[in-house]
Amino acid sequence: MDGPAIALRSLTKRFKGLVAVDGIDLEIEKGELFGLLGPNGAGKSTIIKMLTTMLKPTSGSAIVWGHDVLRDRDAVRSSVGVVFQDPTLDTMLTARENLDFHGRMYGMNAERRKNGIEEVLDLVDLAEKANVLVEEFSGGMRRRLEIARGLMHRPHVLFLDEPTLGLDSQTRRHIWQYIKEMNLQEEVTVVLTTHYMEEADNLCKRVAIIDNGRIVALDSPENLKDLISADIINLAVLEGHDDLLQALEPQGWIRSIQTSNGEVQLHVDHAQARMPEIMAIAYRHDVAIASVSMHEPTLEDVFLKFTGRKIRAEGGGGAFARMGPWRRRR
Amino acid sequence: MRLDLYAIYSIWQREMLRFFRLKSRLIGSLGAPFFFLAFLGMGFRGGGAMMPGIPEGMSYIAFLTPGIIGMTILFQSTFAGLSVLWDREFGFLKEMMVAPVSRMAIVLGRTAGGVTTSIVQSMVILTAGIFMGVSLSGIRGFLLSLVFMILIGSTFIGMGLAFASRMKDMSGFSLIMNFIIFPLFFLSGAIFPIEQFPAGIRLIAYLDPLTYGVDGLRYCLVGASAFSPLADLGILFLACIAMLGLGAYLFEVSEVE
Repeated sequence: MDGPAIALRSLTKRFKGLVAVDGIDLEIEKGELFGLLGPNGAGKSTIIKMLTTMLKPTSGSAIVWGHDVLRDRDAVRSSVGVVFQDPTLDTMLTARENLDFHGRMYGMNAERRKNGIEEVLDLVDLAEKANVLVEEFSGGMRRRLEIARGLMHRPHVLFLDEPTLGLDSQTRRHIWQYIKEMNLQEEVTVVLTTHYMEEADNLCKRVAIIDNGRIVALDSPENLKDLISADIINLAVLEGHDDLLQALEPQGWIRSIQTSNGEVQLHVDHAQARMPEIMAIAYRHDVAIASVSMHEPTLEDVFLKFTGRKIRAEGGGGAFARMGPWRRRR
Repeated sequence: MRLDLYAIYSIWQREMLRFFRLKSRLIGSLGAPFFFLAFLGMGFRGGGAMMPGIPEGMSYIAFLTPGIIGMTILFQSTFAGLSVLWDREFGFLKEMMVAPVSRMAIVLGRTAGGVTTSIVQSMVILTAGIFMGVSLSGIRGFLLSLVFMILIGSTFIGMGLAFASRMKDMSGFSLIMNFIIFPLFFLSGAIFPIEQFPAGIRLIAYLDPLTYGVDGLRYCLVGASAFSPLADLGILFLACIAMLGLGAYLFEVSEVE
């Protein structure tokens, strides 16, 4: 097939007057590992549902692997694999039976199914659990099995909707590993949605930041982070807090200074090079510092810059803590 | 289309795997019809003498057994239709909906599965009836009874599917159980002749597809019926097409936004 793996032209979805996806233009190349990053309710899952023919767009067009999602539904379905946000396994069946059912639904013959099952179970390290009822699987194993199933019919494009939602950080890292491996080995184009900044940063070659159904930024994670030019330095000050502030204020290279609870936060360019200078100033003014930390800008900072907030205010609560590890529906 | 036949077969096969794996549910769902058969059968042993409308010389257990088979199919197949709700709740429905198979294949696969499980259960009840003294009218009647079982099963799977497509979750389940399924069962003449009803109620019984199903089963299995068996077959066939069509239509529109 020629052309991009996915091409969206002013793709729009309205639900009873509410605009969930608001005129998105986007092209995703073959073999890309692409991320849609945004908070819950930004419209990521709605985009995935339209691209997998589960929802009809209100207007605009979407071409997936050369097929129109409205006109060639079956061709689109045959070309893609999907791992949904909520579990979609039959827990009364074994891993093998779930995969076998999937293969049949995609018209694979017995031999192709048999080989396919071995191959994908190997990829996600579940070969030994093939004949165990899914009921007995842990959350991480279920997710891996779903990813394996999504790959089984050898789709050209694999959609992963929040692939690590609700999993502990160790399992999450494992799953990242699997996603990277299959993107390389199977040459499958991967489109994933996530609200974990870390996930998009770790996995994706390109990221679209989605907010209120629109793309607010689109680039590689590195380029996006470069947009936030300053690094961040945190100083925990024990003594001489005010002296330090006075001494730092005249320094032209400091972009901004903020304080809270005895902690001083500086935004500077090239933090690593400036660190000795800051230490020297503190030393000259007899300031006692308990600890120093610095971090490079994260995608979270980028999100903040583009949307002006950390997460949509859903009534109080502390920013990302609310999006915690427990599962939420859309 | 070939792919779709394969999909229908696969969905049927999944239903079989689940049905035979859940031994407790398999036995549990047979409990109610079995006890109806056993206790009503023992309690009304007097038969025709006690209950006008039962043909001369027919024992009550012979009258009752086809009725209880109808009941078994009514319950089992309505649940099979409603089980779309479970699949939606546990997410598996999406797995089927996103596959390159038609909605109709999903409906037909499910229908085939529900009909098969209904017939398996009916055979258990029929065997119990034979042990309790029912003698079958013949092999041709038995084979024809399978046709009736398929039609009754498909009709109520269609009904279950129609309800499931209109419901968001399982909260309406007991409402359907108590206000739809039980009245359909009692109205059908499964446990006593509908001639016993007052005229107004009898009219409602005539609208119940199961009435014709039970009457047809009675003709096939024990050789007596209130209506002409051809009329039973015809009316049930029309009801089946209508219900299955309605169920398939509502299912189709409910899952696409």
